[in-house]
Amino acid sequence: MNLQAVRAIYKFEMARTFRTIAQSIVSPVLSTSLYFIVFGTAIGSRIDQVEGVSYGAFIVPGLIMLTVLTQSISNASFGIYFPKFIGTIYELLSAPASFLEITAGYVLAAATKAFMIGLIILATAFFFVDLQIQHPVWMLVFLVLTCLSFSLFGFIIGIWAQNFEQLQLIPLLAVTPLVFLGGAFYSITMLPEGWQAVSLFNPVVYLISGFRWSFFGLADVALGWSLVAILGFTGACILTIGWIFKTGWRIRA
Amino acid sequence: MNAILKVDRLTKTYEGGFTALDAVSLDIMDGEILALLGPNGAGKTTLISAICGIVQPTSGKVSVGGHDTQTEYREARSLIGLVPQEINLEPFEKVINTVRFSRGLFGKAPDDKKIEEILRDLSLWDKKDNAIRELSGGMKRRVLIAKALSHEPRVLFLDEPTAGVDVELRRDMWEVVRRLKESGVTIILTTHYIEEAEAMADRIGVINKGEILLVEEKGALMARMGQKELRIELAEPLDAVPESVADRELELSPNGKRLTFRYDTSADRTGIVTLLSALQSAGVKVADVETKQSSLEEIFVGLVKKQEEEAP
Repeated sequence: MNLQAVRAIYKFEMARTFRTIAQSIVSPVLSTSLYFIVFGTAIGSRIDQVEGVSYGAFIVPGLIMLTVLTQSISNASFGIYFPKFIGTIYELLSAPASFLEITAGYVLAAATKAFMIGLIILATAFFFVDLQIQHPVWMLVFLVLTCLSFSLFGFIIGIWAQNFEQLQLIPLLAVTPLVFLGGAFYSITMLPEGWQAVSLFNPVVYLISGFRWSFFGLADVALGWSLVAILGFTGACILTIGWIFKTGWRIRA
Repeated sequence: MNAILKVDRLTKTYEGGFTALDAVSLDIMDGEILALLGPNGAGKTTLISAICGIVQPTSGKVSVGGHDTQTEYREARSLIGLVPQEINLEPFEKVINTVRFSRGLFGKAPDDKKIEEILRDLSLWDKKDNAIRELSGGMKRRVLIAKALSHEPRVLFLDEPTAGVDVELRRDMWEVVRRLKESGVTIILTTHYIEEAEAMADRIGVINKGEILLVEEKGALMARMGQKELRIELAEPLDAVPESVADRELELSPNGKRLTFRYDTSADRTGIVTLLSALQSAGVKVADVETKQSSLEEIFVGLVKKQEEEAP
């Protein structure tokens, strides 16, 4: 196992994060704060409680998930796409490192950054709403698993993308709608029955539900299903990346 | 000398059916500089890429230091350093960090003393904290070399290290390569500058259309394949080549003051003595004679042309 390679990639990627600290951290915090102001304080003050939780507090887990998901994907996809774009990928391909080590370096760095941003947004939320976390350990488990699994997914997008437009395509066209329709701002029990059934096909529902449960003890789906969904998604991403490195798809001629 | 790198019938056919490498076999000796010459698109970069793991070979085997590049890729790759043709560097990163990154990627523990030694050797130490984008083109090439050397490889591939580089920098680069050879690194250099191969290589390989046309020790190659010219300066100008020597391959200069005779150094008889006595008999007065070795460029062009003529 070439742990030095994992360490080198991780350090290099984290250095990029800290080099661009303003855009890395300030911008997601700012945009989430705006959500809190608009949905939590301005509009939220006119909305009744949702299942006994004030609306401002209710949307906190969803907002954190929204940012963490998009951050995980964009960090990891950019991390591996950039070497492809500028040609430095030759070094990764010629290194005595396995796919597991290369992936681990990029994914851990992307997940760390997303995790940091998730915690910062959580801290920001305390300024806007009264918030209590019923299951803090589970909250961290969900946050870590989400960061890791969506960083893996982002890594796949980064390998798949052949230009910057494609790099933005999946986060814009698929992920953002899935998060918005996945119960970030509402409980799916508030939907008509037919739409509730449709929502169950949205994998993000399971993530937000599990994460929200760790805050308020409220869940749209059983906790076990949330865990199965996130672990299944992680496994599928790992298998896909393994196949990519084995076949050299879009990285090795 | 032992072969540190063995390439055995390496073939690469791309999806579209284009064969970039056609059963290439090649042994590279420990400690030598091998220059791989070939025109653009000959397969030089594909060969390097297939050895280093950037391109997946269609068939064939490569071993480095006795380790197969497919089954024992970790051992094999850790012995190789690669300096690519293009300047592929992260523009916003500091010089020292990008070199540290390469060392770690190749599985070596951090060693800032070693990194300092490499950067000093390449006259980059003063620039260690500069972002890559602030460097000149020549310095960026040196950074690529520093990255390739950061894990102390035994074999170094230099893919067209002086392409598009000015004359001064090119000579500077040659000096770097010589020093690397002295330190015991085996160097495989691809170039289409004949002058570069002539100046630096111990052996020369010629590749064209994915096939190795020959690999030979530089001196032997030039002696074996080189033609020589005998230039005869005449005391009095001639209007035409004298009839008694008209059957020989002689060329009279436009001003009639020089006769040029081409001969093969490997032939049993060069014909020089009989030519000179025939000229004397014809009453031609010789003022001076000089010989000139044909350059590697002429040999190279001749080989490539021959292959193209023979190709169906």
